[in-house]
Amino acid sequence: MANVLANIFGSSPVKPLEKHINIVYRCAKQLHGFFVASIDGDWNKAMTFRDEIARLEHSADDVKKQIRLSLPKSLFMPVPREDLLELLLVQDKIANRTKDVSGLVIGRKLQIPSQIADQFLEFVDRNIDAAKQARKSVRELDELFTAGFRGAEVDLVSGLIEELDQIETDTDDKQAALRGALFEIEKSLNPIDAIFMYQVIELTGEIADMAERVGRRLELLLSH
Amino acid sequence: MEAMYIYIGLAAVFGLFMAWGIGANDVANAMAASVGSKALTIKQAIVVAAIFEFLGAVLAGGEVTSTIRKGIVDSNLMSGEPELLIYGMLAALLAAGTWLLIASKNGWPVSTTHSIVGATVGFAAVGIGIDAVQWNTVGSIVMSWVISPLTAGFIAYFLYQSVQWLILRHEDPVARARRYVPVYIFLAAFTVTLVTILKGLKHVGLDLSIEDSYLLAFVLAIVIAIIGAFFIQRIEPDRNAEKSQHFHTVERIFGVLMIITACAMAFAHGSNDVANAIGPLSAVISVAQTGMVSAKSSVSIWVLVLGGVGIVVGLATYGRHVIATVGTKITQLTPSRGFAAEVAASTTIVIASGTGMPISTTHTLIGAVLGVGLARGIDAIDLRVVSRVLVSWVVTIPAGAVLAILFFFLFRAVLP
Repeated sequence: MANVLANIFGSSPVKPLEKHINIVYRCAKQLHGFFVASIDGDWNKAMTFRDEIARLEHSADDVKKQIRLSLPKSLFMPVPREDLLELLLVQDKIANRTKDVSGLVIGRKLQIPSQIADQFLEFVDRNIDAAKQARKSVRELDELFTAGFRGAEVDLVSGLIEELDQIETDTDDKQAALRGALFEIEKSLNPIDAIFMYQVIELTGEIADMAERVGRRLELLLSH
Repeated sequence: MEAMYIYIGLAAVFGLFMAWGIGANDVANAMAASVGSKALTIKQAIVVAAIFEFLGAVLAGGEVTSTIRKGIVDSNLMSGEPELLIYGMLAALLAAGTWLLIASKNGWPVSTTHSIVGATVGFAAVGIGIDAVQWNTVGSIVMSWVISPLTAGFIAYFLYQSVQWLILRHEDPVARARRYVPVYIFLAAFTVTLVTILKGLKHVGLDLSIEDSYLLAFVLAIVIAIIGAFFIQRIEPDRNAEKSQHFHTVERIFGVLMIITACAMAFAHGSNDVANAIGPLSAVISVAQTGMVSAKSSVSIWVLVLGGVGIVVGLATYGRHVIATVGTKITQLTPSRGFAAEVAASTTIVIASGTGMPISTTHTLIGAVLGVGLARGIDAIDLRVVSRVLVSWVVTIPAGAVLAILFFFLFRAVLP
């Protein structure tokens, strides 16, 4: 009886969404160590990074499921439920891409050619930056909910998303340059490896793409 | 006349049990937000609730008590058989208590007020006759059940909108909170003290003119606001905590306000809900003592004191656990949101108490929370639970009535 008041509050999706992006970012961050190890040819070490990535991706999935289960249609929220679920989905894709790319590399023991190794690591780091910026933006969700999605807080988040877009553009440029460099040396590579190398670059670049889409989703929330 | 002692004894036992139940369960709703936001510790909340529930019951509980005692049943029809009113009121108390027990066993969100009003109407309409019910009063009570959550929701909506416009949406919310929160403290303190002075001081023998009442309330509210402002100035921003939550310090400033609103809520709750327990009791007492049905006498203050004591005992024995449980569940009601809901609810409730309307404090508070939600203030509200509240709202009245009719005929057959 006394719990009526307590029960009218549904479980807030805000903190779980922030928790989810934290896990996703930690997952993407492992790619740096993973590629350093694989370039060194230390596949044992690469395997431990790969395991950590798989573990984090899995725990992000668990959080995702929990959030979905705790967001029934009967909830009344300041922003549409669908938009929050979409945000969750693209957040999760950052972790998925991380797992995909690490799986591809480890499965074929694909070694990044030493000529483009430094350039490649720079590209990976920039993608991780994008994921980090996405995390920074999503972490403002609770302040946005408090301020009712208006005012100074909205400007702050818009600024963060703008930065995120710049980082993503930067990864695009780096990706194009990297493909060019790979093209220069592809004749010297095993043809099948070369094909998969392009695919690794493509998949890695999608991490920043997904991070940017996190920004787009947040922007949609701001316009409510 | 020995039977009269039995009646008074039974009524006192039932009434005290009701008061205990109100203190044990319902007070938590008034205090939980302040405890959940850590503005008050559990111990402090118990002390605040005990003092202000008691003051509310004694100073401002008279009007609602007399509505329950003599506003619903037309006692003129029973002047020949005064014991009918005694059976009826005992039946109403027992019916409401039974229904509340059944409901809490099943987790239904029912209101004490609705149970007791339904039960009183039930025994009068069936046990005595359809004309024995003062349908005009009952009509306005039911209207007030619709109006009170709406009013509270309306006030809460605009209060929280104003918090967003004045404070939360600016670059420097901390500085703005320091400036505006004392104004909110003044508003909260002014409404509650004003209603108390207008309605309550007569009971304790003071009679002020309207102008003096407003002046006194104004001065008291200013004093409370200045004390609040003093504490607000002493709150230092915590830079570390603000990194993860920019509104951390702002919420702490609103925390000072939550102490005031907790007092107001407890006072408002005491002023309205004490009547559910002691309204029927005081009806039994006045009939039993005089041996006749009289609509003249006013509620004696010692009955109000008894009700107040019952609530405080319920709070101390059982209510503290409920406060702790509810407090941890409503963390979404942060101080900036909780104060808006509580000021809106307590204002609505004290006004209802002043006009003698027995309303549901819990439903009024829920209305206020929904108002904050409409102002985009609450992360997630479960509409299924809200609709369950509405259903139990409707079901409680016939359920209370049917039980009261059964008990009424039982008492008439068994009691001397």
